[in-house]
Amino acid sequence: MADDVKAPTWKETLVDPLIANNPVMIQVLGICSTLAVTSSMKTAFVMSLSVTFVCAMSNLLVSSTRNFIPSSVRIIAQMTIIASLVILVDQILRAFAYDLSKQLSVYVGLIITNCIVMGRTEGFALKFPPLPSLLDGIGNGLGYGLVLCLIASVREIFGSGSWFGMTLFETVNNGGWYVPCGLLVMPPSGFFLVGLLIWLVKSYRKDLIEAPEYKTHKGGC
Amino acid sequence: MVEHYLSLFVKSLFIENMALAFFLGMCTFLAVSKKVSTSLGLGAAVVMVQVLSVPANNLINAYVLKPDAIAPGLDLSFLSFITYIGVIAALVQILEMFLDKFVPALYSALGIFLPLITVNCVIFAGVSFMVQREYNFAESVVYGFGSGLSWAMALVLLSAVRERLKYADPPAGVRGLSLTFIISGLMAIGFMSFSGIQL
Repeated sequence: MADDVKAPTWKETLVDPLIANNPVMIQVLGICSTLAVTSSMKTAFVMSLSVTFVCAMSNLLVSSTRNFIPSSVRIIAQMTIIASLVILVDQILRAFAYDLSKQLSVYVGLIITNCIVMGRTEGFALKFPPLPSLLDGIGNGLGYGLVLCLIASVREIFGSGSWFGMTLFETVNNGGWYVPCGLLVMPPSGFFLVGLLIWLVKSYRKDLIEAPEYKTHKGGC
Repeated sequence: MVEHYLSLFVKSLFIENMALAFFLGMCTFLAVSKKVSTSLGLGAAVVMVQVLSVPANNLINAYVLKPDAIAPGLDLSFLSFITYIGVIAALVQILEMFLDKFVPALYSALGIFLPLITVNCVIFAGVSFMVQREYNFAESVVYGFGSGLSWAMALVLLSAVRERLKYADPPAGVRGLSLTFIISGLMAIGFMSFSGIQL
């Protein structure tokens, strides 16, 4: 979307995706895992790291091979690269953090079909040299991670009174004072939080507001 | 026996709804749900690919990838992801060519959606769940159909709601995407009421 024909500076590729062109809030990519793994901070953090790694490495590899791959088979070629990287992440997680990999279950494998990875290789890495692509991958991965950790923080702190598993508010069940908000532990709350986050972003970035499809009697906007 | 498959079907359709209980295929779920007619087309395509790819990957998993499947002592399960995605991509391609040749009306109705399904996470997740739960071949056929249909159903329901929402007057920042998220959240809460059912 924001990709110009001229090569962007390293600052643009690395910093822009964090806030101004955030993959989750603005480009609306990679929503599935944003909703599914954010009920606790630990899973969200591991997921962000994995996606950042896969996104950065696949951008680097696709970009360095971009002149050798005919465009008719590029999707399959990208898939192969991404799938190999995800296998790597999966095996590492199983070896060093077995419990976490059980908790994340199929969502690690689903990084293959995560639209952020695919969208960045297709939209950026195919056009630009390896180094900016690597930075773009890292930037987008971190932008995704930022939103993930934000949502996970809200959900874990108010949903179960803890953060990264450390108790912040003593909940009623453990003899404390805090009555946890049960809705936030349940998956649908992810939808609400992302929806509200997009609202927040759009009230600062007026240019992103969508035009109404139908004029109401008040005259719409 | 029939009862077992029926309960598996109902379970995959309502209790474990792909879109509203597991939040899969969200990108397309949110992007292509503006009109009922388009979402019906995409839903049909997803069901078709899901019915083919889950059983196909089930066979490949049982006879190629499982430990000791080809030769004793040979464990190829680390290749699973790359094999599944390859099989899905190939199946979508074959289905596309087949429809183009023999059912051109359906082919032009599905249009651009068919090739895009390769990167839809519903298909891949369906395959992963099938492997994780160790379904046999017949179960995988039922599960593929049920889970594909569950996603299509949620998509059509959401698009019907969104067609009505055109006439609503929300705050400017909520309009469009943000509102769609909140609506899907409410629908997901509705579907949570199925979650206690034991079949």
